[in-house]
Amino acid sequence: MVRMDVTNKESPLMNAIEVDHLVKKFGDLTAVNDISFTVAEREIFGLLGPNGAGKTTLIRMMTTLTPPTSGTARIDGHDIRTDANGVRHALGVIPQAFTSDPELTAKENMLIHAKLYGVPSETRISLINQLLESVDLMKFRDALVGTFSGGMRRRLEIARGLVHAPKILFLDEPTTGLDPVSRANVWEMIRNLRDKSGLTILLTTHYMDEADKLCDRIAIVDHGKLAALDTPARLKDSVPGTDAVEAEFDHAPDNWHEQLKGLAEAEAVTQHDNVTHIASSNGSSTVAALMDLARARGVTVRKVSVQSTTLDDVFLHYTGRELRDAAGGSMTYDVSRFYR
Amino acid sequence: MNFERTWALIERDMRKFFRSPALMMSTMIFPLVQLIVLGYAFGGKIKGAKIAFVDQDRSVESRQIREMFDGIAAGPATFRIVDYDSAPHAIDDLRAGFVRGVVEVPRDFSRRFYQHDRPRIAFSEDNTDQVMASSLLQSLQDMVTAINTAPVQPRLDDQVELNVVEVYPYIEYAKYLLAGSTAMAIFIVAMIGGGITFIDDKSRGLHEGYLLTPIKKTELVMGMIGAGAVKGLMAGMAIVLIGGMIVGIPGLWNPVRLLYLCLVVLIASVAMISLMFLAMVRVSDPLVPRAVFGVLNMLLFFPSGAISPIEGFPKWLRWMSVVDPFTYTVHALRNLTIKNTGIEGIYSDVLLLSGFSVVMIVSCIALFKRQL
Ligand SMILES: Nc1ncnc2c1ncn2[C@@H]1O[C@H](COP(=O)(O)OP(=O)(O)O)[C@@H](O)[C@H]1O
Ligand SMILES: [Mg+2]
Repeated sequence: MVRMDVTNKESPLMNAIEVDHLVKKFGDLTAVNDISFTVAEREIFGLLGPNGAGKTTLIRMMTTLTPPTSGTARIDGHDIRTDANGVRHALGVIPQAFTSDPELTAKENMLIHAKLYGVPSETRISLINQLLESVDLMKFRDALVGTFSGGMRRRLEIARGLVHAPKILFLDEPTTGLDPVSRANVWEMIRNLRDKSGLTILLTTHYMDEADKLCDRIAIVDHGKLAALDTPARLKDSVPGTDAVEAEFDHAPDNWHEQLKGLAEAEAVTQHDNVTHIASSNGSSTVAALMDLARARGVTVRKVSVQSTTLDDVFLHYTGRELRDAAGGSMTYDVSRFYR
Repeated sequence: MNFERTWALIERDMRKFFRSPALMMSTMIFPLVQLIVLGYAFGGKIKGAKIAFVDQDRSVESRQIREMFDGIAAGPATFRIVDYDSAPHAIDDLRAGFVRGVVEVPRDFSRRFYQHDRPRIAFSEDNTDQVMASSLLQSLQDMVTAINTAPVQPRLDDQVELNVVEVYPYIEYAKYLLAGSTAMAIFIVAMIGGGITFIDDKSRGLHEGYLLTPIKKTELVMGMIGAGAVKGLMAGMAIVLIGGMIVGIPGLWNPVRLLYLCLVVLIASVAMISLMFLAMVRVSDPLVPRAVFGVLNMLLFFPSGAISPIEGFPKWLRWMSVVDPFTYTVHALRNLTIKNTGIEGIYSDVLLLSGFSVVMIVSCIALFKRQL
């Protein structure tokens, strides 16, 4: 597989993460099946796959929470098998399930982690305030985390993951279960972390749009195997498929459909109600040609849109199934009923 | 070993403890209620038990017997006399539970008395209730002895007497129970803190958060045991002091005695919480500690001699009491609360509990899984 540095082309970069033939078996089940990849410094790298694909297991091995069956990984140069503490110091991790303590305040949760990471006491409070400010939770600093919404709690845990100034941040399904506004907030935060603080970020997701919008490169994982790895654009390009152009016109001449069929890259033209559908092997050049043609013929284009190849198509192509169909179960035991 | 990390975990538990008054209350209420209800319901002197008296003889002598009963009824008031005409009727009422015993003076009582032919009084007891039966028997026996010795005293100098010296003033049962109730408070803290919330934190994912940090497993285990021990110290001292005031332990606030109490309660807390952690170190299902709560309580509390003396146990139960850390806790606390001993009354228990704790903690650290 080809590795490419998408960001920062000035300096030669070392790999922040090197995953080397990691395997994890649970009895007969191979949850992670020989996965290897590298992540460059300052990259936002996404592991995309359905529930049960093995994303969390992979992250747990990389974060020293679970011993691998075979293979290894190096995080910022520290081997997960031989230098677990080096890995733990280099990494900030935001696990899939919430791990903040609901019976403590935001600040207390931060403080405990700061102490566990050995952040010097002189800088702790100011650092915590700064981090809480950056995730917009300063005014809830002394509120119990049990009263937080999912989005607030996720933001708090991101702040907490940064308390020891790690170089690399792992986020396991950071926006699962969040409302659209909170998701957008989290995306914004992740981009800022890379752009302003220069962090390397590895995240997992089962949302196509999230992987597409946020990640520099995406690894598609299914049944514990790496199915594909590249930038979102190249992944989409690699899928032989068509874009769909949809348009509505006023004052269209009678032979308008015939004319449309002659457009660059256009393959087929159909009509449903008022909407004209043009199948194209390259949506953007078809649209450009369409606009020129309409102007020349005096046709008004009321509306036009291009539905390009999505990661759904990419996923289908590489795994043989649709992402949304590949649902799996969750494994956590819910004890929340014992608490309030 | 980085104490700051261990301390961070202890601090976390303290904040949670003080923040949830319900938890604090539940650790205190049960031992206090136990102390008051069990302490005063149990082991008091029997008073006013109904005794049927059937006089078949109707002689001067039988009336004398009857008068002596009246004397006891008026004095220590152990029983009340109800006269019955027929023995079968009295026995029926005994079986039905309306009277606790039947005293029958047979028809030939006065004849045998004069013929020196071993005059007899019959006592039928309801021996389904052992406490009652032995208490009644004791007072009847005393009375018969009194009848025999009082008027004649033939060879007084030959008779052996048992001189009982009561070393301590009469101890009410509630005072006796105080040590057990204090141990119970420590147990509840250990069970809730070391068992239930530990497993819940695990299954709620809180531990995953800690395991991601560079904390060592020794620091983690020590932090959790330390937190439990501090909570146990607070709950145990609260029960000793509140309970001690309720049952009226004299000289409770003597600073040296308080120091010894703190020492015993602290080491007992460490022993109990580390035992609990060891039992739960590989458990992940939150229902497990809830399910074993009652059983563990039974297995630790009753064999300890908290409510009745170990000397009355069958052999197998005595063995349980030997390995039960509760036993040494109760022994030391009882010495401090009702006998007011000094260090000589507790040092062996403290040493044993310390040794026990060390074994438990080392095993916890060995068995604790640093990974998920
Ligand atoms: N501790 C475990 N024991 C047994 N099976 C597990 C364990 N953890 C995960 N699995 C299984 O491994 C597979 C991958 O799970 P996971 O890594 O959680 O997937 P994802 O995070 O992609 O949803 C699933 O089939 C899951 O049931
Ligand atoms: Mg997962």
